[in-house]
Amino acid sequence: MPNTQGAKANRPPREVLVELYRKMTLLKQNDERFRAVIKSGRIIGNYYSPRGQEVIPSAISCLLKREDYVCTIYRGIHDSLAKGVPMKLLWAELSGRATGSCKGKGGPMHITHPESGVMVTTGVVGSSMPIANGLALASKLRGDGRIAVAYFGDGASNIGAFHEALNLASVWQLPVVFVCQNNRYAEHTKYEWGTAIDQVAKRAAAYSIPGVHVDGNDPLAMYAAAKEAIERARAGNGPTLIEAMTFRFHGHLLGDVDAYMGQGEKEGWMAKDPVPAFRRWLLAEGYASEAQLKAMEETIASEIEEALNFAMSSPYPEIDELRRDVYAQELPQ
Amino acid sequence: MTAASQAVEKMTSLQAINLALHDALAADQNVILFGEDVGDKEGGGVVEVTKGLSSKFGDERVRSTPIAEQAIIGAAIGAALAGMRPIAEIMLMNFTTVAMDMITNHAAKLRFMSGGQTSVPLTIRMMTGAGFANGGQHSDFLEAWFAHTPGLKVAIPSNPADAYGLLRGCIEDPDPCIFVEPLGIYWVPGDPPLRGKSIPLGKARVARAGTDVTVISYGKQVNDVLAVADKLSGDIKVEVIDLRTISPYDEEALLASVKKTGRAVVVHEAVKKFGIGAEIAASITEKLFRQLKSPVLRVGGKYCPVPFSQPLEAAFMPTAAEIEGAIRATLA
Repeated sequence: MPNTQGAKANRPPREVLVELYRKMTLLKQNDERFRAVIKSGRIIGNYYSPRGQEVIPSAISCLLKREDYVCTIYRGIHDSLAKGVPMKLLWAELSGRATGSCKGKGGPMHITHPESGVMVTTGVVGSSMPIANGLALASKLRGDGRIAVAYFGDGASNIGAFHEALNLASVWQLPVVFVCQNNRYAEHTKYEWGTAIDQVAKRAAAYSIPGVHVDGNDPLAMYAAAKEAIERARAGNGPTLIEAMTFRFHGHLLGDVDAYMGQGEKEGWMAKDPVPAFRRWLLAEGYASEAQLKAMEETIASEIEEALNFAMSSPYPEIDELRRDVYAQELPQ
Repeated sequence: MTAASQAVEKMTSLQAINLALHDALAADQNVILFGEDVGDKEGGGVVEVTKGLSSKFGDERVRSTPIAEQAIIGAAIGAALAGMRPIAEIMLMNFTTVAMDMITNHAAKLRFMSGGQTSVPLTIRMMTGAGFANGGQHSDFLEAWFAHTPGLKVAIPSNPADAYGLLRGCIEDPDPCIFVEPLGIYWVPGDPPLRGKSIPLGKARVARAGTDVTVISYGKQVNDVLAVADKLSGDIKVEVIDLRTISPYDEEALLASVKKTGRAVVVHEAVKKFGIGAEIAASITEKLFRQLKSPVLRVGGKYCPVPFSQPLEAAFMPTAAEIEGAIRATLA
């Protein structure tokens, strides 16, 4: 159940709450379908499931404009979908087809769709942050009001790129929001074993920027924290570091047996799955009806099937694509 | 001063690079420049290559940065993705090592991995070179690493006019470019550039015409080779090709020359093993094997870190005697 802290009047309006749930459901269902398809062997590839982390990009994306920039990481399909990457382009990309957003040349770890503001998906831990700074710098120089969001995991707060990027963003007062999705594990390593501070958010102090520690599975708390950070960036008051506490339900890499986790740890988190919890809350508080949510869920399910069918019936890229997009000019044969 | 006397006034490569940056900043609002100490408050660079630029174009467009190469290149990549034309300065080529993830995993690959939806029109400038008593971590030529990375372009000038034109070419190029500024040409005067004119990347220049042997080089060593060619001109007609762009390199021009001479030597300061010379020698051999009158030879840095001690450092670098020896060996 979301923490309903604060007055009811401070909650986002009904349409935002419903949209937030729609995004969460989209990310959850998309992940479930994708895992099933991978396990069936119809799509070959590694998959870093974001199941369990849906609240964070859903809440943030409800607050972003289409033209705002996002840089994310290999566990970032939820971030891309929440920002608005069209599902057909996403599925075709996941399956390596010519009709994918990246013509099948990027794959699940490199989803890109500038029209939705998704500028970079990196397979390298920490590397979303320095690049988000540059997007934010361009916005600042042009005064176009766009902001940049950099998503990353708790493990990335231990790599140099994090520290260099936060320092520069602070020195240059860039319109960027750094969002750490703290799912408690850096690949297989427990947070405590690899991180010399109990909260990533505290590291913000070293760079003289606000650091916010928030329950990333609580849609209202996440929304409130994101709203403040995004408004700060848009107003020209510089960057924020948000540490959103969450948990991944399917290990580092799909097929992970989670032997490194404590007994019952994952099960405990799965029992508190934020998506059905928020659904129950929306119904209990009267923000939506059962019929409305059911219809929404069915629409999403059919859109996913449509995207899957589109992907599966799309051609693979031509081999000539090896010579294209290496440079602006096509390479000779 | 008349236009004619202005045209022949000599200029150093350092001055030509400063002028190219000035003219690029003046020509396009999207051009921005940043790096360690590049602003005038910080002296306009440790050797003053960016002097005057922040005063003229403002601290917003010409920015000094913290000493944080990943952050510098990352910010340049992001700005380029947003459609700007950033020029990032990495003070010395060796310091690119701490930004290699940004350069090779991101700048080089984002166009391809996005299926052409995004691009990184970024120029990364850096100085380097042995012979200045800077020891093992401030002197390397690492161009082979970058040339070996699909998606990057690499240019290395040998003289002031080319330094200006190639740098403008890199800044105008739609792809990420590594622009290497050899310390060995920085303070050497030469003919001034044609202002406002860029030199297209991928085109070599015949620095000296000849018929007996083709010597292919770039950067400071072009000048060393020209001096040797001059010395030998009485009995050997050396054709000297200045590669200008390492990647993509002008294979057509090289093959045309070697077809004529039947002999080739490649000279560069980077260590010889696994270097650019190996790629060029292999390419010439693959395509012209039956027309070659002798094996393609290479002259390069010795296979060790750049040493400090003056006699060692001098011996590390390709010497005039080695260049001459290689040329003579192809004719033996």
